[in-house]
Amino acid sequence: MAKEQKVIDYDKIAELESFKKLTKKKNKFLWTVAVIFFTVYMLLPVLTSYTNLLHQKAIGEITWVWLYSAGLFIMVWGLAHFYVSKATGFDKDAADVISEYEGGARK
Amino acid sequence: MSPIAITMFLGIVGITLYITWWASKRTSTATDFYTAGGGLKGWQNGLAIGGDYLSAASFLGIAGAVALTGFDGFYFSLGYLTAYLVVLYIVAEPLRNLGKFTLADMITARFNVSKVRGAAALSSIVIVLFYMIAQLVGAGALIQLLFGLEYWVSVLIVGVMMTIYVLFGGMTATSWVQIIKAVLLMFGTIIISILVLAKFNFNILFMFETMTTVTEHGQAYLNPGLKYSNGIDTISMLLALVLGTAGLPHILMRFFTVKDAKTARSSVIWATWIVGLFYVLTIFLGFGAAAFVGSAEIVAANPAGNMAAPLLAEALGGDLLFSFVSAVAFATILAVVAGLVLSGASALSHDIYGQIIKKGKISEKEQVVAARVGSLIISVVSILLALGAQTLNVAFLVSLAFCIAASANLPVIIYTIYWKRFNANGAVTATLTGLISALVLVALSPNVWNPVAGKAIFVGDPLVFLTNPAIISVPLGFLGGVIGTLLSKEVDEAKYREVEVKAQTGISVQDVSH
Repeated sequence: MAKEQKVIDYDKIAELESFKKLTKKKNKFLWTVAVIFFTVYMLLPVLTSYTNLLHQKAIGEITWVWLYSAGLFIMVWGLAHFYVSKATGFDKDAADVISEYEGGARK
Repeated sequence: MSPIAITMFLGIVGITLYITWWASKRTSTATDFYTAGGGLKGWQNGLAIGGDYLSAASFLGIAGAVALTGFDGFYFSLGYLTAYLVVLYIVAEPLRNLGKFTLADMITARFNVSKVRGAAALSSIVIVLFYMIAQLVGAGALIQLLFGLEYWVSVLIVGVMMTIYVLFGGMTATSWVQIIKAVLLMFGTIIISILVLAKFNFNILFMFETMTTVTEHGQAYLNPGLKYSNGIDTISMLLALVLGTAGLPHILMRFFTVKDAKTARSSVIWATWIVGLFYVLTIFLGFGAAAFVGSAEIVAANPAGNMAAPLLAEALGGDLLFSFVSAVAFATILAVVAGLVLSGASALSHDIYGQIIKKGKISEKEQVVAARVGSLIISVVSILLALGAQTLNVAFLVSLAFCIAASANLPVIIYTIYWKRFNANGAVTATLTGLISALVLVALSPNVWNPVAGKAIFVGDPLVFLTNPAIISVPLGFLGGVIGTLLSKEVDEAKYREVEVKAQTGISVQDVSH
């Protein structure tokens, strides 16, 4: 593979304050949202198996379980786009980290 | 088989063979073969992910399950879709930034030892074979029904087609077969859904109202519990569905076909919309089949309900739509099995042969030969297994594949990216604990053992009552990783810093020019 033989000093990047900040911020965001959507999703079988809450009619003959499901679909699409908007910000931060590293390396 | 059906069937065969011929001229290196040169666009890869993911189990299986069991069938749609958030948030971008061809590449980017690669390759191959047997057996039965061919002829047709795509066209052909299949499948599903909605005067409330009266279940049809009445079992199955996708080798492999993490991200967005829209439409397919075909006729054609969607197409659109939907089902199967062959071959030829046996000292040319030989081996083995499994009830193998993916692959992926203390020993124990516990628990489960002859593979009482063991095997996989890690003193923080920097910034991928 045509790859230039540029040695990257990973330790140096990892030591940068900006990198540490980015990782911390990104991981906190990812795992917070992951825990939320996982909980909302797993709550469905718990509610359907151990309670009758979602078996009640909501609109006409449509029961709450269908509305909960519709909510899950909206959540998936919404969080997918939320991720993209956040990730664009992380991309910018990552580019800053790299240019900070490259600037420092040149000196 | 009607002339229209034959034309459509041959049309699919013709177009896909033409693509394979076109792709074969663009497949000369290992990178071409495994990743289509890594140059797919976000929308292309997104559609291909949809084509790779929406298997016959989704198209025919969920439509049938909703038709026969109402809301309980729809659990699958919810699980298979929500799984994409796990892929997007946790796995896709670091995977793209760290890996090359396979899941094992990504894990060995941190622990470059053969046993880690071997364990990851082993679990990939096991998942691929199980998934493939389920697909091929289903395909054989389906084509038998749709086109009136013998079972073994059907399996051979699908088997030979998938082998040709992968052998000659590699990932390029496979991707385009998947893209075309995704478009055809969406088109067919949307048409049927519109026809179903038209029957209900485009009134959703009226549709739900009707559904409470047309099936033998009455009101209960619209509520959970018709099929899944055991709470722990239902929770366990939904856990496997949501966590499994992020560990499926043929889905993970698709992320190496794009140039960077940003494109990987946009492919997931495309896939989420396509797959999500499809799963919404499974409601109309299922309800339509229950209302306009009727459960008696669906079960008469196939006890598992797999004929619900084609029969509905026939009821609403006559022979033309039936032929089209059958051809789409055929394309669906081909696209999925081709992706499976490719990911199985990458684990066998790249991981086991190229990296472990030859220790990476293998020329470009040898790599391509090895990839083709590996594809052939995976194809032949799975065709033989499928021919032998005709009379077995193997539908559960799909959810078993999801369960192994969630138990054996996901813990290692997460620890590799996010856990500093994790080490090679932990990577091996996590994979093996997840893999073995899932296999053993299923081997003792009601899928395999049933006191009534013919209901399962063996006659007898199951020792484990969970039909899907994810609720036990996933925690075991995570726990196995922790115990294995702590039992070994090995810590390499410098390597973790490198992996973290690569995963978060994509710095090592950016220099690779395509």
